[in-house]
Amino acid sequence: MAFIEVEELSFVYPSERGERRMALDQVNLSIEEGEFVAVLGTNGSGKSTLAKHLNAILLPTSGVCRVAGMDTRDAARLWDIRQNVGMVFQNPDNQIIAAIVEDDVAFGPENLGVPSDEIRRRVDEALAAVGMSSFRGFAPHLLSGGQKQRIAIAGTLAMHTKCLVLDEPTAMLDPVGRGEVLDTVRQLHQESGITVVYITHFMEEAAAAQRVVVMEEGKIVEDGSPKEIFSRVDAMKKRGLDVPLAAEVAWKLRKQGVRLPEDIVTDEELVVALCR
Amino acid sequence: MPIELKGVSYTYMKGTPFERMALRDVSLTIADGSLTAIAGHTGSGKSTLVQHLNGLLHPTQGEVLIDGVNLAGKKKEAVLARRKVGMVFQYPEQQLFEETVAADIAFGPRNLELPEDEIERRVRAAMEFVQLDYESYRDVTPFKLSGGQMRRVAIAGVLALEPQYLVLDEPTAGLDPQAREELLRRITDLHRKKKLTIIFVSHNMQDIARMAERVVFMHDGRILIDAPPSEAFFADEKMKEAGLAAPPTVALLSRLRQNGLLVEADAFTAEEAAKRIAKAIRKKEGTAC
Amino acid sequence: MLTDITIGQFFPGTSVLHRMDPRAKLLLLIVLMAAIFIFDTPGGYTALTGLALALIFLSGVPASMYFRSLRPLWWILAFTFLIHLCATPGEVFFRFWIFDMTKEGLSRGFFLCLRLTLLILFSSLLTFTTSPLSLTDGMERLLRPLKAVGVPAHELAMMMTIALRFVPTLIEETDTIVKAQQSRGADFSTGNVLKRVRHLVPILVPLFISSFRRADELATAMEARCYRGGEGRTRMKELHVGGVDYAAAGVTALLLAAMGAMKAAGV
Repeated sequence: MAFIEVEELSFVYPSERGERRMALDQVNLSIEEGEFVAVLGTNGSGKSTLAKHLNAILLPTSGVCRVAGMDTRDAARLWDIRQNVGMVFQNPDNQIIAAIVEDDVAFGPENLGVPSDEIRRRVDEALAAVGMSSFRGFAPHLLSGGQKQRIAIAGTLAMHTKCLVLDEPTAMLDPVGRGEVLDTVRQLHQESGITVVYITHFMEEAAAAQRVVVMEEGKIVEDGSPKEIFSRVDAMKKRGLDVPLAAEVAWKLRKQGVRLPEDIVTDEELVVALCR
Repeated sequence: MPIELKGVSYTYMKGTPFERMALRDVSLTIADGSLTAIAGHTGSGKSTLVQHLNGLLHPTQGEVLIDGVNLAGKKKEAVLARRKVGMVFQYPEQQLFEETVAADIAFGPRNLELPEDEIERRVRAAMEFVQLDYESYRDVTPFKLSGGQMRRVAIAGVLALEPQYLVLDEPTAGLDPQAREELLRRITDLHRKKKLTIIFVSHNMQDIARMAERVVFMHDGRILIDAPPSEAFFADEKMKEAGLAAPPTVALLSRLRQNGLLVEADAFTAEEAAKRIAKAIRKKEGTAC
Repeated sequence: MLTDITIGQFFPGTSVLHRMDPRAKLLLLIVLMAAIFIFDTPGGYTALTGLALALIFLSGVPASMYFRSLRPLWWILAFTFLIHLCATPGEVFFRFWIFDMTKEGLSRGFFLCLRLTLLILFSSLLTFTTSPLSLTDGMERLLRPLKAVGVPAHELAMMMTIALRFVPTLIEETDTIVKAQQSRGADFSTGNVLKRVRHLVPILVPLFISSFRRADELATAMEARCYRGGEGRTRMKELHVGGVDYAAAGVTALLLAAMGAMKAAGV
């Protein structure tokens, strides 16, 4: 059984004027433990709504969402589900609760009722894992955006989360911050085998994933490896999405008759293909 | 007449233990009708610099002149000079407050105490420019719009002031690729068709490279590089010092060059990059045969 | 500038005061505040001023920060002083226009100002050396017995924590909104009161909207991290009343006894 199983999941946002907007339309998705999945799609395609189902912040209008075998509608398992799936949101300011870094990281395990010396241990571990140990006593407003997001990641790690869901974690960051967050996530995935669901607009970040899921109008329209997805440059552009530069350049070169493999995504691959 | 900064320094919270010098002796002249990009790290002083351009901050030392008028100077004249500079802040949609789109855009012109018919003309023109249909959007609550549309309303609110100079602080932050492209196209149009002098702050080197005529890189409160893109991105040492990366196209082409493909690296769009590579390949095959 | 505010700011450190239990600090603050009102003799004030100065030194926070915390109240202090200087009947030593300044007024004004200053200094000593979280934590523990009579101790403490956390963020945000509206020609400094109040709308509406959005997102983030109220919650930093606290209580008790003796002796 997969770690996350989404079956025929639909979600309708209630609206005050009575019109119903279908944010998710019979979505099927399964994610294995230890996978790194990037989710792409324009604003309003349903990415965030899907993410919020993965730890039961939203519950399906119809269909099923299961996390580690637990149905998200099962109120008795709610806290188990949320402990298993940690969320990092877009705005770094609006998810830090405490006025001191280490107190914020402790917030999750405190809610879980973990004994205090165990919390201390977990907080130290989590801060070390995101490389923020030396900032433990800082006030959050003195940190950069990238650092704040790493604190948010540490906050979920301290709950011993198995899966990290990041909802456009880098949208409000500068390039340095973006690099910090992506490197941290990548490292956690490789070293601790944590499952990652990473929603982003930045194709370079999606290219770091093992698998890319593309959403459009509440449906999953593409699902494959970064190579498969990004080599369909035409289709991606039609959906209003970018592809990594190397993929686009390779595609344009192929159109001009240059013989190149179909699956070029990174600069490295293009350099190898052209300079061999 | 241009925007001139003469030896501008600025210190935050002067005379307190939190004192911090954000600008150090910056001199810069921005010519009429130019499109200048400013880049630099968070804390490099670029936001402080930009806030000097319409008198939100006054230099601790030095002076800022708009069309020859010192912004810190005598009242009436300085106020008029400041009005020539429109300023679009980061996430400008967060400053919307009126009940309808039209009323919000009219806020600026109304503050200028213009006659009603002139206000309406300006609101119409501004909405048309950001591609929001006047009839269908004027009475809509801005808060019901999508993020991209809200941003366009906010920008229209600044355009309705009909500034000669327009400063934009990271205008595309948080938008999806499609909305970003559209907005950048609008900004280019403002420059080309409306002949506005534009200064924009961005982290996106590719956007800077393909749009700007001139690039100013800030580092530690100083101007580190001030050159056209074709030069700026090739000042490797200084780019490194500022902690800035070259645009992806330049990085890709430079890498190809290092690996033996004789390609010119000064391409700033995927299209151009592909052309350069194709040309280099043809040349290579020509000599090989 | 908005960012000049130091009241309620915390300066991390490792001084004796920093190491004290927040509950002990809160209780001692209450005791000292009461002392300021009870032992209103020159001797008492000398002792309390001496204590305040000693604590400021012990706290390791620059003395200039304490002065800054007094700054917002400068006008109130000056006003209090002048009122008492001129409105207290007694021996006139200086006459200016319709104001008679009396010796009694001088001493009364001085002591009232000193009283206010001491109140602020002692409060600053608490907030400067206690992280907001442990402060609210301390309040929560102290209020816990009142839960039985319906005081929502945990909820109040959580509200305080969040409020304190967002003060710097909102200050920054207000600054940006003010600047943005100024850039659109808004004028906040001219016109009569009514006009000025109306001028606040373009600032307050965006600030409210963003605060609601923040609150909404924060609530989601808290839920995502398994927050479900105070029940069954543990804390990383358990509060311990230790040697420092007993010592502090001892010193305070001695001082109080001394002040009591001085008051009885009429010093």
